[in-house]
Amino acid sequence: MNCQDMRLLLHAYLDDELGAADSLAVARHLAGCADCTQRLRAYTRLRDDVRAAGLYRPAPSALRARIAARWQTVQLRRQGSEALVADAVSDHVRSLLPGHLIDVRTSNEHTVKPWFDGRVDFSPQVKDLSAQGFELVGGRLDVLDGKQVAALVYKRHLHTINLFQWPGNGTAASPPRTRDGYHVLEWNDAGLHFVAVSSVAESDLQVFERAFRAEPGAASETAH
Amino acid sequence: MDTGAVFERDVMRHLDAAYNLARWLARNDQDAEDVVQEAMLRAFRFFGGFRGGDAKVWLLAIVRNTFYTQCARSPAAGSIDEFDEAIHGGAEHDDPQSLLLRAADAQNLHAALERLPPEFREVLVLRELEECSYKEIASITNLKIGTVMSRLARARERLQRELTGKEVAA
Repeated sequence: MNCQDMRLLLHAYLDDELGAADSLAVARHLAGCADCTQRLRAYTRLRDDVRAAGLYRPAPSALRARIAARWQTVQLRRQGSEALVADAVSDHVRSLLPGHLIDVRTSNEHTVKPWFDGRVDFSPQVKDLSAQGFELVGGRLDVLDGKQVAALVYKRHLHTINLFQWPGNGTAASPPRTRDGYHVLEWNDAGLHFVAVSSVAESDLQVFERAFRAEPGAASETAH
Repeated sequence: MDTGAVFERDVMRHLDAAYNLARWLARNDQDAEDVVQEAMLRAFRFFGGFRGGDAKVWLLAIVRNTFYTQCARSPAAGSIDEFDEAIHGGAEHDDPQSLLLRAADAQNLHAALERLPPEFREVLVLRELEECSYKEIASITNLKIGTVMSRLARARERLQRELTGKEVAA
């Protein structure tokens, strides 16, 4: 080993990052080389000086407080959204019990929409998606997140899709979630918050969301 | 334990390390705070994807990426690392007589470290202030361990030169 080899190894030696064989070779070289011994001493000194110079910059307490508060908000929102998903799934399961699914049975969007008038204090979006493979079978009132909400019921083959909606822009659109084997999708549109729950494949539920959002729907009836 | 508690236990306790790295990279308080806030937001978001391992390494890698992403937007941020390696890469070993043997003044050290290119500054901060191993530095900076070793050697040589004010003859 010569002095040029030592150029890098000296630092790894100083940092105790060499294997036993290299370490021994460096130690042997140092024993016979005053220049490299001097370099090692200088770099050891430099390292100790850097560590002793008070250069460490800990996080200011105001920043720490800001981040902790932010983290708390994120967590609360996450917990709230978890609770909502659990609630929506349990409403969905209850709706599947005999006699619970539908208050107004019709495949006509123009019948479902007026039915909600006076039952909820907003105008729900009701859309016929039979052309896209989702048959509207009816609607009902339900309670979600402590609020009275409109529930639309669609069928996809043998599967039921419950679409809950109410005014608000709760959780921003989030990725599909799965709970107890049911898929849950949430989105916001035109001041309403939507939650779709079903046992259809996740991809089918995403197709449903896209179809629902794209379809103009029964709101246009006033123009007739 | 829920995700929130795990995040606090494993990630929030490295906030000082996150700030220290960001502060030395950004070289001013305001930018460092911006980098750390953005990095912590990313950490919140990606924590679900964090599968054990070293949380400090994971967080510092996010801080570093955040800094370079934010800096890429400002044209002033340029790397002179390549220049430096080209000029000094084949240079002779430091002349031992030129090396600083008296205690370096803390203020000079601070200024000298700030003058180093970010590539050198970051490995020195991770090694000397965070006491990271070469393997940890390699994970944080996405470099090979051999590159970490040579970069640290060059960084210390540069710091020596900054402190002694002497250039090593090429």
